[in-house]
Amino acid sequence: MSTTTEKPPVTKSTQKYIGRAMKRVEDPRLLKGVGTYVDDVQLAGVVHAEFVRSPHANASIKSINTDAAKKLPGVIGVFTGADINEKAGTIPCASPLPGGKSPVHTVLAGSRVYFVGHPVAVVVAKTRAIARDALELVEVDYEPIPAVIDPEKALEKGSALTHPELGTNVAFTWGLAGGDVDAAFKEADRVFKLRILHQRVTPMAIEPRGCAASWHSGESSLTLWTSTQIPHLIRTLLPGMIGIPENKLRVVTPEVGGGFGSKLNLYSEEAVVSHLAMRLNRPTKWIEGRRENAAVTIHGRDQIGDHEVAIKNDGTVLAIRSNIIADIGSYLQLLTPAIPTLTGLMIGGCYKLKAVKVDITGVHTNKMSADAYRGAGRPEATYIIERVMDYVADELGLDPIEVRLKNMPQSGEFPFTTITGLQYDSGNYQAALEKAKELAQWPRLLKERENARAEGRLFGIGLSTYVEICALGPSKIMAAGGWEWGCVRIEISGKVTVITGATPHGQGQETSFAQIAADRLGIPIEDIVVLRGDTATAHFGRDTYGSRATALGGTAIAMSIDKIIEKTKTLAAALLEAAPADIEFAEGKFFVRGSEAKSIGWGQLASEAYVAKNLPPGFEPGLEASSFFEPPNCTFPFGTHICAVEVDRDTGQVKILKYTAVDDCGKQVNPLLIEGQVQGGIAQSLGAALMERTVYDENGQLLTGEFMDYAIPRALDIPEYALGSTETPSPSNLLGVKGVGEAGTIGATPCIGNAVIDALSPLGIRHVDLPFTPERVWRAIQEKGGTL
Amino acid sequence: MIPAAFDYVRASSLNEALDLLAKHGDDAKILAGGHSLIPAMKLRLSQPKVVIDISRIADLHSVNQQNGKIAIGALTTHYEIESSDLLKRACPLLPEVAGSIGDVQVRNKGTVGGSCVHADPAGDWPAAMLALDAEFEIAGPNGSRTVAANDFFVDILTSAVEPGEILKFIHVPATANTAAYVKFAQKASGFAIAGVAAVVDKTKKEVAVAVTGVAAKAYRASGTESSLRGVEPTADSIATAAEKAADGIDPLSDIHASADFRAHLARVQAKRALWAAVSRG
Repeated sequence: MSTTTEKPPVTKSTQKYIGRAMKRVEDPRLLKGVGTYVDDVQLAGVVHAEFVRSPHANASIKSINTDAAKKLPGVIGVFTGADINEKAGTIPCASPLPGGKSPVHTVLAGSRVYFVGHPVAVVVAKTRAIARDALELVEVDYEPIPAVIDPEKALEKGSALTHPELGTNVAFTWGLAGGDVDAAFKEADRVFKLRILHQRVTPMAIEPRGCAASWHSGESSLTLWTSTQIPHLIRTLLPGMIGIPENKLRVVTPEVGGGFGSKLNLYSEEAVVSHLAMRLNRPTKWIEGRRENAAVTIHGRDQIGDHEVAIKNDGTVLAIRSNIIADIGSYLQLLTPAIPTLTGLMIGGCYKLKAVKVDITGVHTNKMSADAYRGAGRPEATYIIERVMDYVADELGLDPIEVRLKNMPQSGEFPFTTITGLQYDSGNYQAALEKAKELAQWPRLLKERENARAEGRLFGIGLSTYVEICALGPSKIMAAGGWEWGCVRIEISGKVTVITGATPHGQGQETSFAQIAADRLGIPIEDIVVLRGDTATAHFGRDTYGSRATALGGTAIAMSIDKIIEKTKTLAAALLEAAPADIEFAEGKFFVRGSEAKSIGWGQLASEAYVAKNLPPGFEPGLEASSFFEPPNCTFPFGTHICAVEVDRDTGQVKILKYTAVDDCGKQVNPLLIEGQVQGGIAQSLGAALMERTVYDENGQLLTGEFMDYAIPRALDIPEYALGSTETPSPSNLLGVKGVGEAGTIGATPCIGNAVIDALSPLGIRHVDLPFTPERVWRAIQEKGGTL
Repeated sequence: MIPAAFDYVRASSLNEALDLLAKHGDDAKILAGGHSLIPAMKLRLSQPKVVIDISRIADLHSVNQQNGKIAIGALTTHYEIESSDLLKRACPLLPEVAGSIGDVQVRNKGTVGGSCVHADPAGDWPAAMLALDAEFEIAGPNGSRTVAANDFFVDILTSAVEPGEILKFIHVPATANTAAYVKFAQKASGFAIAGVAAVVDKTKKEVAVAVTGVAAKAYRASGTESSLRGVEPTADSIATAAEKAADGIDPLSDIHASADFRAHLARVQAKRALWAAVSRG
């Protein structure tokens, strides 16, 4: 990745709004219940789809009888794979790896099902209740086949195969090597091994998925409303699947009740519903149920890693050699193979390793696909390297902070090229660590631990100093372009419409992008509206994932404003009877250099630009500009998290006593939104650390298919936060922004993990697998002879 | 999450409800607070043809004290118990248990009678009812009968209420004994993995200890109780007694807690519940 930096902005802009903790303009409509989610979209004559889903993890389909279902009054049609698969395309993977083997992913099952929930047929009826009743009348004759569940056993010779036609359960292998690994291991004073599991988790967005499609037969065009993060990518991918031209498809993303990566996909249901709307010439809607959401919306994480670490006795970490098995489930979804590769790329964390070797094997099992879940590969990498750092400290009897400081690059070393080939844009890891120590009252924490231990209590302190990769990313590393698009229009009245292709869906950029635009245009924020989420309005976009929207989408808006300002100078010059070169712009006013008293504002200029009576020669009417921002590099936010926990020796229950986080996400546009992202991210990370896990039994039945069995953190689980930040601008975009959407989920799990293991360390415990459920912690204590 | 079609009838009196139940037989289900029935219907695990809503039968919606006994109407909500001044005074274990159930929404709608009749092995009420030696007054086509708590909870999801019958009142003693309920909750559902209710009679040197969530049905920890009979309840005697809290029990095992861990938690929670009850004296 290159190091080119953007030129500084062409105009002076005051910072009236950027940096201010402003409340979200989105909130009132959402809090009042007047926001429009997919299920709120009302379409005349709409019919409802429900899916017949496999109760088996692995089975061949002998026959499907739809006669009884078709006869139920109100049923419009029942369609099986044989009816639809030829016409609705196959589900795409945008990140296949060379040499990888993947099954054809039809929208409905063909002659075999591969996971519990696999869609086998779709029922369309006048009401959702009738469709639901009809599901029970579809008779599917399954012949169950033993399921492939354990990814390690799936790699053994003679294992049953998830997809027999592939001849293997290996979906892909991927390797990464940097530096001389063998030499580093030879140089080592010590070598240790660590096995780290990342359990499968379920994203559980509060709004399940859902979509509605309407076929406009007169225009031969289709509108698809869908609860997604990626309307533009869907508009790129779906037309070829359902057989319409791209310019006949409009994708609308209304309000989205949470994505966390789980809606960064093109799913079967979106293709089937689109196809049915065309086929039946009736608007068709499908709303996912909670149990469906748990079973058939992508899962996250699920890696098993064996790591070998070479260290010097002074605490220098020389090299890591990792073998990682990723249990990817039955199919490759959009980014399935890319996720573990991010783990590989980031495995060195914020440290100067001499060598790294990572080998990843993606394994097919009879489960739902794994794909991007908030953090997407980086939480795994961070957990590995941060556990390694604590392990090194423990091994050598050193202070875990000293070990980290010893291995970090200094702030003067940025841009810093990692051993895995990334170029970290900017950073001051020591400053964030220092600030976190201060905020956490580190010496007092140590004293508290000392006192607690003297009383026989299991009190632990954990920290993680993380770095992550955001603002994905330069087009050369992204399958379908990594740029972002924005458009700014000064309306005839002087009001401003900002359009972003980044498709924020809950992150608050209707607010923060207005802050960026208001400062740059020098106008009140109330005069700005930010539009998003409709491909008919936002003509281009690569959407929101990988904490990219503000760094890339915000920059595209700033670039567009700069273009408008440049253009408007010509008009202002004509009106002020001066040369364009003598026109300056500041705080929303154009004036001749040196005579600021005589200025023209946006209202008058907009009116002149559109009424178009006094335009200088060659001046195109209107004040609108759009931009594609192609970033030179990703961004690399970082920070330090510190927490204190206490473990109940009798029950294994972990209580987080205090949580401190200092995050550096570059230049801050809206600190309130950043705090919200960090708080929410830590909460999800806490879930992964202490309670969340997706469990399939040995037959591939999903045992955590609803909130009765899948635990997520609730308000009472959230500790008191002490949050702080440092601000190291990114050189990769003119706003200096890095991104913060995933920081909490990346930094917090290792912090909590290190604290729990530190709490247990007086018992001689050096490792416990995630998640730290009471039983798991209690068992670890029992094994060491801990008593009631 | 859409239930199968059903008919809905609202009964305005207990007799009307019993008549409707007699008329519809196995096709009918009684709806009180709906917090067990409706989720089961939405998952189509339960598909009654008729739902008989008894929630507005005023007589069954009450807490009254008479002659040292407290009669709690089966339709009394968890929240009404949690906030009942009478119970806080005369039987504080019940408000304590009520406060540990679900969340505010659940407590506002869910009923004590519905929960007991549903006989969820991880429900909170069975522990309290067993520890208090509650009596269940059940109305049927041939009049009422009373069943002791020990006989009321029969098995997983099975209570002593027979087809055609409706639970009317739960009778508990007004008591000066100290009591406590301590729950180790399943993280997702909030139901008990091990919930222990302890009642301590300091004058008679007797305790009652009941455990829910651990076995297929809630039980009295008789080993623990006999260990403390006639004994001063000290930290040591309680710890020794609590060790017997899962004796002779066949603990449940699931993804949330293995049988071993459940038995262990029964012992830990028995100790904590007893100590809490003793400390309240």
